[in-house]
Amino acid sequence: MAYAEDVEHDDLHQPRSFYSKYIWSQDHKVIAIQYSLTAIAVGLVALVLSAMMRMQIGFPDSIDMDSTAYYQAMTMHGMIMVIYLLTALFLGGFGNYLIPLMVGARDMVFPFVNMLSYWFYLLSVIVLLCSFFVPGGPTGAGWTLYPPQAISSGTPGTEWGIILMLVSLIIFIIAATMGGLNYVTTVLQARTHGMTLFRMPLTVWGIFIATILALLAFPALFVSGIMMLLDKIIGTSFFMPEMFSFGSQLEYKGGSPILFQHLFWFFGHPEVYIVALPAFGLVSDLISVHARKCIFGYRMMVWAIVAIGVLSFIVWAHHMYVSGMNPYFGFFFAITTLVIAVPTALKVYNWTLTLWHGNIQLSVPMLFSLAFIVTFLVGGLTGLFLGNVVVDIPLSDTYFVVAHFHMVMGVAPILVVFGAIYHWYPKITGRMLNDSIGKLHFWITFLGTYLIYFPMHYIGLQGMPRRYYLFEDYQFIPDSAHSLNAFITVVAILVAIAQLLFLFNLFYSAFRGKPAGSNPWRAASLEWLTPDTPPKHGNWGPSLPVVHRWAYDYGVPDQAEDYVPQTTSADLAPVHEGDKLA
Amino acid sequence: MYTNSNTLYLNEDKDLLQRAKMAKTGLYFLMAAVSSMFLLFLISYILRSQVSDWQALSQPWQPLSNTAQLWFNSALLAVASIALEYARRNIKDPDNSKLTRDCLLLAYAATVAFLIGQLLVWKKLVAMGFMASSNVANAFFYLLTGLHGLHLIGGLVVLTIATYRCSQLTRELQEPSRLRTKSSIELCATYWHFLLLLWLGLFALLTGSPESYAAIAKFCGF
Repeated sequence: MAYAEDVEHDDLHQPRSFYSKYIWSQDHKVIAIQYSLTAIAVGLVALVLSAMMRMQIGFPDSIDMDSTAYYQAMTMHGMIMVIYLLTALFLGGFGNYLIPLMVGARDMVFPFVNMLSYWFYLLSVIVLLCSFFVPGGPTGAGWTLYPPQAISSGTPGTEWGIILMLVSLIIFIIAATMGGLNYVTTVLQARTHGMTLFRMPLTVWGIFIATILALLAFPALFVSGIMMLLDKIIGTSFFMPEMFSFGSQLEYKGGSPILFQHLFWFFGHPEVYIVALPAFGLVSDLISVHARKCIFGYRMMVWAIVAIGVLSFIVWAHHMYVSGMNPYFGFFFAITTLVIAVPTALKVYNWTLTLWHGNIQLSVPMLFSLAFIVTFLVGGLTGLFLGNVVVDIPLSDTYFVVAHFHMVMGVAPILVVFGAIYHWYPKITGRMLNDSIGKLHFWITFLGTYLIYFPMHYIGLQGMPRRYYLFEDYQFIPDSAHSLNAFITVVAILVAIAQLLFLFNLFYSAFRGKPAGSNPWRAASLEWLTPDTPPKHGNWGPSLPVVHRWAYDYGVPDQAEDYVPQTTSADLAPVHEGDKLA
Repeated sequence: MYTNSNTLYLNEDKDLLQRAKMAKTGLYFLMAAVSSMFLLFLISYILRSQVSDWQALSQPWQPLSNTAQLWFNSALLAVASIALEYARRNIKDPDNSKLTRDCLLLAYAATVAFLIGQLLVWKKLVAMGFMASSNVANAFFYLLTGLHGLHLIGGLVVLTIATYRCSQLTRELQEPSRLRTKSSIELCATYWHFLLLLWLGLFALLTGSPESYAAIAKFCGF
């Protein structure tokens, strides 16, 4: 609707001043950069919080951190990383930048709504960060915010912190919905000539399906957020049961805490795939370009993304095996959880088969992609353990779980984020990131995360519970576990500091990096074929590109180059079999 | 001007038709997200209704045993929906722009009247002491009717634009502005039908008997 408005005025969203170009911009590329920089900035806050927690676990009382501060750091770290960093970066950052360029559109279809989406996101971040400065500090309820403890006294941040957290989440969901409507509509309605759905790069498929998941799953968080806010502010009893607190009976009665858990995880599990599916898509493209080989089983990859998206809505209760639910119910969710491993494994096989006999270039994006495959595999395999009720129950709430979800949903997607930034940075800025710093950053991050999370599986198996801020005087925890914790802390802090290399590279190379040219990786997909690098407003100059083939024509025989751009017509180079099928 | 069309300066009609399609797609996804939200509220409502403290507002001694006001409100929203449908069908006829505008104004008035009617129900409940915190059934009533009302208010913003465009149309009869107006009216009509259906569902839910909740809950395995 907003776009229809734009047409009335010839060049309404053509930037005219510094403000309309860089601040109140409606250009998808600027909005993408705004989203990404905000997400990275707030992610750094979460990174510092995790370093503080690790100090407390590895070297108790070495820093001034009491149990309240620990729980607050833990809650904010989790929520920021999952929602405000990863979701925002994949959908708001990569989605915004790449969708219009990859499908050959001039911009998102509703640019004004797109701009609003970013400003709502920024507002949600500001509201969240404000909670550090209110009386009582931020909430310390754990990132899952389970009632009744999330809003009952005794939990840190029940004065204002929890209110700001819930308000911030509600604003974030409104922002994500506005952005999401743009992404899906752009994919469905603004593709250029010849860009059929089955010629779209897998990046677009991943982000497209993840956005549909976001549009349908975020309402669950919205619903639970609103009801909990009302429980807290006006004393309704949606989730709050009849209970005593500090010796006196509260006004609440009859609420269902388990209802909150169902709603939260009905959002929470699709959320895993809202982060993972874009990562799957991005990494597929990185592997294909840097192995100079077409992606193996393109159509299979698309259907696997769709299947994972659908299945992700019927696995949520595997997060709740210990909530006291009916065992048969648990049995059902164990089965669906194991079934989702099938399309996921299929993707891993296809990535590996793409690499097989490929002309593998060990560039920084490729290193990160290879690291992703391995890390995702490790995280996925421990998921098979935890998906089974009988194995999950003894492992529940131990460091095994912490290690599992950090591997599969923290490290793996972040490796893709890094790889994708190294890959598309030349298009965004026109300059290459420094390769040596990139490789150093890669090896420290990759090896470091393994040194952090492999031992964590072990101490989890030893029975070390998560969410404890001090592990003194527990006889069942051996000394070796304490030593390992100290080791993990040292490595974690080194890895955290190493991220400064990346930040330095990001800003230094923007000004001093080697000029990249328009297509430094010799890639075939549309975003590398813009007339200008970085692409100018409107992306494509006077006329839109016309697409004749899929985005994966690499290593085509009898051609001058080892790739054929998507815009090359069938007369000039044969269309690949994979595309003919499409 | 750059647009998503293939040429720099384009055939405006064709481009507007494309824009209308985009807006429609966006609206369908928005309605899907809103449906998801209300579906989850519905499930929460049914699950929560099975706890012993639940006092259904529809019981004979409770205020919603008399649903006259709510039926009246529903009729108002139905009038708005029908008026918009009439406007949608009428916009194709260039001689009838004034009638179309009158239909839009009627829809506007009926919607505002519906919202006032809902507020009157709220006022009545509050006057009788049925506060949100006193029973969760009351809280659900305020929450669901309130959220439905907020969605209507959002729609009114677009309806205002559509009505303004339509009133301009009586003076200038150019095709591009007709297409733009047509698109806005179509979007409003679809959205209002959706919100009418949603309201009828909510109406049935909020005034249902405890036995029906129990039956649904049993069916769902709660």
